[in-house]
Amino acid sequence: MSGQAETLLSVRGVETYYGKIIALRGVDLEVRRGEIVTMIGANGAGKSTLMMTICGDPRARSGQIVYDGLDITEMPTHEIMRMGIAQSPEGRRIFPRMTVMENLQMGAALVDPKHFEDDLKRVFELFPRLKERLHQRGGTLSGGEQQMLAIARALMSRPKLLLLDEPSLGLAPLIVKQIFETIRELNENEGLTVFLVEQNAFHALKLAHRGYVMVNGEITMSGTGAELLSREDVRAAYLEGGRH
Amino acid sequence: MEYFLQQLINGLTLGSIYGLIAIGYTMVYGIIGMINFAHGDIFMIGAFVSLAMFLVLTAVLGFAFLPVVLLIVVIVAMLFTSAWGWTVERIAYRPLRGSFRLAPLITAIGMSIVLQNFVQITQGARVKPLPPQIQGGITLMQGSTEAGTIVVQLSYMQIIIILTTVVLMAIFTLLIARTPLGRAQRACEQDRKMAALLGVNVDRTISLTFVMGAALAAVAGLMFLLLYGVIDFYIGFLAGIKAFTAAVLGGIGSLPGAMLGGLLIGLIEVFWSGYFTVEYKDVAAFSILAIVLIFLPSGLLGKPEVEKV
Repeated sequence: MSGQAETLLSVRGVETYYGKIIALRGVDLEVRRGEIVTMIGANGAGKSTLMMTICGDPRARSGQIVYDGLDITEMPTHEIMRMGIAQSPEGRRIFPRMTVMENLQMGAALVDPKHFEDDLKRVFELFPRLKERLHQRGGTLSGGEQQMLAIARALMSRPKLLLLDEPSLGLAPLIVKQIFETIRELNENEGLTVFLVEQNAFHALKLAHRGYVMVNGEITMSGTGAELLSREDVRAAYLEGGRH
Repeated sequence: MEYFLQQLINGLTLGSIYGLIAIGYTMVYGIIGMINFAHGDIFMIGAFVSLAMFLVLTAVLGFAFLPVVLLIVVIVAMLFTSAWGWTVERIAYRPLRGSFRLAPLITAIGMSIVLQNFVQITQGARVKPLPPQIQGGITLMQGSTEAGTIVVQLSYMQIIIILTTVVLMAIFTLLIARTPLGRAQRACEQDRKMAALLGVNVDRTISLTFVMGAALAAVAGLMFLLLYGVIDFYIGFLAGIKAFTAAVLGGIGSLPGAMLGGLLIGLIEVFWSGYFTVEYKDVAAFSILAIVLIFLPSGLLGKPEVEKV
């Protein structure tokens, strides 16, 4: 992807609190159209908080979030999501008492119904397993299947920006590989912009065009995926022993 | 045998009304986990609006064709209770949604008292009568006992009540199971945060849930008015408690459970009155509730709380 592409999402000086506890200490980052950007960091660094803050829940206490040229900092969550952002959130949050089909229908709730059949076919191509489980309840799926469903559900909304929170969490290496491959395909073939939060730094940095490192609610490093991968301090903190 | 059948019909009729009210309790509980104690009073308002509208149409405007009159009455009553249900949620519950769990319960009791007193002051405390409108029925069976002949009758009124309830239940079940609105409601029930992340307007969905429950309560209010012929500002309290009991008995949060619970409470009440003593019918209904809750804490059709995710 070209480096001059326009900015799709920009986060400027965002601070988020849980009550009196500060979780994000002035985060700045940018995601350009057509990019895969990743943010790596340890448990509790604030990665998921950033994902949710972009979606307006919790709301940023200061700073600004601009999406597609519009200030969305104060917008209610459902309106932000209606602008073409989709999130596969931390913990996957599959509706447990709804079938796989209904979960996918929820993802497509805002899309013109005439696209539904085609979009359904497309996510089945990406995740054939979901087709087999179509009428099973979400709560009965395995972790990997739930992860696929969460991503598929997000894709059903035809997003311009896909936010993925730890898609590799708790999954077998083979499935992780498959999911990352899918993300790459979506990006290359359909130009989908992806912002990916990961603990699995090696895979994420290899996949992403650019990356950020978050420590304690602050961004401490940024660069291209390859740059970050080659840095000694990044390797020492996030890669050694963590490689699959 | 004849006596039993007659009580069964009566019980199902009364149970239908409880069931319709119970749906309002169960849906609201399902989606925001609170007991809307003002719901019984919304039912009472439905009955009052029905009566007022009925009198306006027949006595003032001179409409005589009963089916049309009843249709207009039920639509107007539904609009009124919907507006009340929406308003109560908007002013008394939504501002407290992030608050501690007991807060909305307390305001719900407060709203219940407000609505009762409002109707008492504006409509007076005395009972309001309505002469029977739908008379006659079908004689199903005739038998004789030592006491004389006994007739099993299914009145037209009972037929209307049971049929209306069945139709409304079918519509509601489909609405919840098949439509985008129903899916959004279930999504909010299971994970409100995720629903918002999928673009569902959670506040609006919750408001609509209150409106739907209130609309059903209006139908129940009209039925109650036609069946008993007298209403006062206090009917919402006992009917509300019974319907709430029905919802808990069936498994709170479950739509078919609310209907089943309603029918059971109606049957228990009627059979107890028929075979034992009228004075203890409420005691009987609530005792059954206590027993069921001891052995089946999540109700007859309720889903267990634990969910593997």
